[in-house]
Amino acid sequence: MAGFILKRLLQAIFVVLAVTLIVSFAIRISGDPAMMIMGGGNVSEQDLRNIRQALGLERPFFAQYLGFLRGILTGDFGRSFMGGAPVSGLIAQALPATLLLAFASLLTSIVLSVPLGIYAAVKRGRWPDQLIRILSLVGLSFPNFWLAIMMVLLFSIVLGLLPPSGMEGLESFVMPALTMAIILTATNVRLVRTSMLETLSQQYIMVARSKGLRDRVVLYKHALRNSAIPLVTYIGLQFGTLIGGIVIVERVFNWPGMGTLAFDAISNRDYPVLQGAITVLALFIVAINLLVDIAYGLIDPRIRTE
Amino acid sequence: MAAAQAAPPSRRFFHSFELVLGLLLTGGMGLAVLFSGYLFPDGGESMDLMARLLPPFQSPAHLFGTDPLGRDVLARVIVGGKISLTVGIVSVMGAVVIGTLVGLVAGYYRGVAEIVLMRFADIQLALPFILIAIMFLAILGTGVDKVIFFMIVAQWVQYARLVRGSVLALREREFILSARAIGVGSGRIIFTHILPNVLGPIVILMTLNVANNILLESSLTFLGLGVDPLIPSWGGMLADGRTYLQSAWWVSVFPGLAIMFTVLGLNLLGDWLRDYLDPTGQSST
Repeated sequence: MAGFILKRLLQAIFVVLAVTLIVSFAIRISGDPAMMIMGGGNVSEQDLRNIRQALGLERPFFAQYLGFLRGILTGDFGRSFMGGAPVSGLIAQALPATLLLAFASLLTSIVLSVPLGIYAAVKRGRWPDQLIRILSLVGLSFPNFWLAIMMVLLFSIVLGLLPPSGMEGLESFVMPALTMAIILTATNVRLVRTSMLETLSQQYIMVARSKGLRDRVVLYKHALRNSAIPLVTYIGLQFGTLIGGIVIVERVFNWPGMGTLAFDAISNRDYPVLQGAITVLALFIVAINLLVDIAYGLIDPRIRTE
Repeated sequence: MAAAQAAPPSRRFFHSFELVLGLLLTGGMGLAVLFSGYLFPDGGESMDLMARLLPPFQSPAHLFGTDPLGRDVLARVIVGGKISLTVGIVSVMGAVVIGTLVGLVAGYYRGVAEIVLMRFADIQLALPFILIAIMFLAILGTGVDKVIFFMIVAQWVQYARLVRGSVLALREREFILSARAIGVGSGRIIFTHILPNVLGPIVILMTLNVANNILLESSLTFLGLGVDPLIPSWGGMLADGRTYLQSAWWVSVFPGLAIMFTVLGLNLLGDWLRDYLDPTGQSST
């Protein structure tokens, strides 16, 4: 077990090193961001030097990178070019909105996909199963931001039921969370179905049936519980896709999260904020994947020898 | 399993349904885009200033309506498909060539290079690609070529892993061993005996990746990080249309439908191919 955790941990460390290296490299090849940020206007040499220093560009690449890593460990991502606020503070403000949305989408998706997936598995190969299969293919076929726009069109403009943007009150969660939930459900329904089919073919299910237990008891008490562990893992491993999607969808709903922070930083050429936002999101994804992996390994010993 | 052999009638019906609908959607969009130069010689650029913001289905000249500049939405949807399909196909071609070559070599010759490559692949697959692409495109500047480049860099690993896995399973099979025993050269074994046997899974992955990359391109362009906003493209039209969603819903609806039908067509074909090439369903999720 210790070997398994160590192996996964080592891999995660390499992934973190790769992400941070790529982010530093991106800043490095930006040419001279100092000149670009100032737009070539009348700036003093001193201003340019300050910006280069803030990004660590006056040092060799390796020193710049080490400085960046040290910053991550101490939670210091430098200061925003716009107003000079510490980047870590801006991230601390934006991160909860993104994580709340992620949580709400995931929860909604589980509520939708578990019953649908079970139903498809029970009706395997028959009409309901095929219909759910086609619907899930449709769900995988449109861009998340378009679904978001269509939701605004329907619920805000045509029906006037929900606020088109912002994060105020519970009803502002409905459209953003539902958008991501629908996208996630398209994948999750298939995972639930496959996982249930696998469990239903096990011998203990046959034993339960032959004991004369009712279908509902077999399904929910015996099959679903045993499918739950791999399911939670698969769904947990989708966290990266979820965050990537939320970052885009935030743009449509003006959601005050990490995506909005990053894209505002892009239009302002506020590189310290962009660098910080991307790095923190990436670290979050790696950490969640690692935790899910290890938890799965702890619960199901067969995984460790894979 | 008995259940898999005796497919119920609904199963067979859906199987053909997937193929027919997939071909219709993908083929229809492909042909429309291919002949867009003849269908819309103006490239969707001409402005009918007397018919600005015309709702759809009211004038035969502008079936899908017009945008605030009086440009025909239907023409721009068809012409815009050129960008999406080009990005989808070129990026997948690039990734499949590089990935397949690397996978064949790694799987056939093994050794240290293979170990390094596979560790590298593990790490790369764990990277949050969309975030990295956003960062690079924001800094380096945008453009079709850069979008395609990032897709190739991000995806060749998938093919390398897939091919290597198949090669490992194949290389100890009798027909490969006997070919080697009678003195067939490595290059010939790889390309005439191994490659044809791994084509199936490659084609499935390619179909699904063209679909994914069309979605990805439209997202990046929508965010202002992909294709030049002056070129008609689905993502660009949606970014435009969003600002006047209230007054002209059709400008946002039709490009999205075009993306959906194209990608759905490809996904249906991918699904059908998976069933066709792997009827036992071992590789399906």
